[in-house]
Amino acid sequence: MENKYLIFLGCAVPYRVASYEISSRKILQKLGIKLIEMPEFNCCGLPLDMISHESMLTLSARNLVIAEQAGLNIITLCPGCAGTLKKVNKVLKENRTLKDKINNNLKETGLNFKASVETKHITQFLIEDVGVKKIEETIINPLSSLKVAEHIGCHLLRPKHFIDFDDPEDPKVLKTLIEATGAECLDYMNETECCGAPSVGVNDKVALKLAHDKFKNVKIAGAQALITSCPFCHVMFDTNELRIERVFSEKYGIPVLHYPQLLGLAMGITPEELGFKDLRVDASKILTQVIQGVK
Amino acid sequence: MTQTLSLNDPIKASEINPKFRLELSKIDGSEKILQCFQCGTCTSDCPIAKFSESYRPRQLIRMAQLGLKERVLKSETLWLCASCFTCTDRCPQDIEVASIIRVLRNLAAEKGIFPTVIREQANSILESGYAYKIPLLREKKRVQLDLPTLPKNDPEKIRIILKKTGIQNLLEKWENNFGE
Repeated sequence: MENKYLIFLGCAVPYRVASYEISSRKILQKLGIKLIEMPEFNCCGLPLDMISHESMLTLSARNLVIAEQAGLNIITLCPGCAGTLKKVNKVLKENRTLKDKINNNLKETGLNFKASVETKHITQFLIEDVGVKKIEETIINPLSSLKVAEHIGCHLLRPKHFIDFDDPEDPKVLKTLIEATGAECLDYMNETECCGAPSVGVNDKVALKLAHDKFKNVKIAGAQALITSCPFCHVMFDTNELRIERVFSEKYGIPVLHYPQLLGLAMGITPEELGFKDLRVDASKILTQVIQGVK
Repeated sequence: MTQTLSLNDPIKASEINPKFRLELSKIDGSEKILQCFQCGTCTSDCPIAKFSESYRPRQLIRMAQLGLKERVLKSETLWLCASCFTCTDRCPQDIEVASIIRVLRNLAAEKGIFPTVIREQANSILESGYAYKIPLLREKKRVQLDLPTLPKNDPEKIRIILKKTGIQNLLEKWENNFGE
């Protein structure tokens, strides 16, 4: 399985977060990682967990079987997909009765789940499989004039006993990866709290309040940009920032970047090639600063 | 969504169903419901509870323990949990609080009660395999952006496996409750 991985896009990324996919593919290419497209895939199952746990398990297992047939481990861009695929693989591996039940659901379509592939989110992959040292070697334009804040996203860390990655109470991985680019990563209040995205459509008012609280604390810390590693968190912040400013009569003007966009800039890749024009919140100020090296 | 009694209306003895907690203790995900001693860590650490006037995980767990089944399953509040799993990670009794909420939601869904946004995603998965229907325009844009074309999916296969799990039945019940 040397340097070759299946990329699992999930639904949100191809639906509306092209900039995340573009920048992720660019940086992985730069790091010499070969991505193979999933021959076929479906929703990871997470949205259906709310109404039918068994449907979630079945949909997720179907994706895992497709990867098993390809004989490759999975890299995902969405922490929701990564968490779901990881959790289902572990649960079914440990629970024979449940595994038989899910396999029975898949049987008619000729699939059989074996629990033989591993799933990692791109953030986990970068820190564990690529490593900070190798990432640092690719940096030609250190972003040392930049001060940012991170929002790693709940599903990359929780629930801890299933995900078993980083420390959910004091996450350090995304910070370490940010610092590898030369940028400074600032701490802020309530850093590990939810972005609010899961409440969109159920109670938008609550969702906006959560995101507003984030922007407020990120601004107090003095960060010039917010760095995410989840398509949903990114949409929640980037797409809603102007609305939040209007609703709460505040001005933030904080651009929201996907981590691969930040790393890509430090690797000397152009903003155009990293999908910067898709961002709703204007990032031109920090781009000028990092590209011209102006402090 | 239809709502008979709100979570905060006074509790009547006749509403209490002592069998409900035993039913829950046998379901995968809510096995540990009886271990909750109401310390309130879940509510005090819940990011939704901080900004919502109604969502209190401790209250939902206690009401489920008491057996206020109808009231809990018909409550809109049940759908406010963001599944961030902070409660699960911090519960001193090792209770998977978010999983209990998920079990309660699944039971509500068996009655055809769930938010429209989930119905839309379920329908989209049955039709296309994806939670959001990816418009043709997006597919064309992928070519312009030099992104690989999305693999062809066979939604019929998704419908076959989801027939086994009964999603279509839940959607039919939803239509009976809330459809035009």
